[in-house]
Amino acid sequence: MTLDEFVKAFAAEFDDTPVEQFTPATNYRELEEWGSLVALSIISMVDDEMDVQITGADLRNSKTIEDLYNVVCAK
Amino acid sequence: MFNPFSLEGKTILVTGASSGIGRGICIDCAKMGAKVHLMARNVERLNRTLDEMEGEGHVIHQADLCSTDDINALVDVLPVIDGVVLCAGIIKTMPVKNISEEAMTEIFNANIMGDIKICSRLLKKKKLNHGGSVVFISSVSTFNVKVGNSLYSATKGAVNSFAKAMALEVSKQEMRVNCIQPGFVPSNILETHGLGEDALQWYKERHPLGFGTPSDIANGCIYLLSDASRWVTGSIFTIDGGYTLQ
Repeated sequence: MTLDEFVKAFAAEFDDTPVEQFTPATNYRELEEWGSLVALSIISMVDDEMDVQITGADLRNSKTIEDLYNVVCAK
Repeated sequence: MFNPFSLEGKTILVTGASSGIGRGICIDCAKMGAKVHLMARNVERLNRTLDEMEGEGHVIHQADLCSTDDINALVDVLPVIDGVVLCAGIIKTMPVKNISEEAMTEIFNANIMGDIKICSRLLKKKKLNHGGSVVFISSVSTFNVKVGNSLYSATKGAVNSFAKAMALEVSKQEMRVNCIQPGFVPSNILETHGLGEDALQWYKERHPLGFGTPSDIANGCIYLLSDASRWVTGSIFTIDGGYTLQ
């Protein structure tokens, strides 16, 4: 999965935040909709789409969507 | 000494015997005099449980609860038993919108369908003694729900309902069927699920009596397996250190 595709898949897990708000540099934990439910959705999405298991700590330790993408790719 | 909780002379089957709560139940039931048949998938870990058990006559069985063939073969080689503790289970955390058929099938097979198959087969093959006791390890998550835990809650809710219906059905043979709903007992099922330090701390603060140990749950099982509870059936016991009080 490319970074662009990852950003799109990441955005698709949100219900209320407009897609335009998502770029590789988005600091996702500052989004109003961010919370435990979205975090679980992201963990599920990464597992389903990329067959990689990330943890809550990975989500907490990354700042931008690109940071997280790099964490996923490194696993 | 008067001891209505003794398991002396009783033979007990425990599923999920290789780790966590199931392992603790095997060790403590053996201390109370039971002969225990231990079932799980991993022989090496089963042997580790066996090494810690007192007394003679315990038997390990390698079997996968998700395999009907394994369950049938297990019940066929069992002697007539006096009790069974259904302790095997898995957790799948995901929001409702991300639930896959694969995940759903896996958790329902492991947490409820395997238990039902064992109970059905034990009765069919007359392997559960008159007056025998069935104990399901359910969960407080049947009513104390968490985001992302819907599948687990659903399987454990099914366990509670099944237990009550079965309790009615087998009462003529003076068999008893009950559930224990544990609160947080640190074990592999939770550790391997990647609960972070923050989450552990959150749970810890919400257990007025602190986290439980496998023995805290095993003691409830011992009561339900012993003759002390001969008039107790269809009951659901919450053993959670006060977690669901608030």
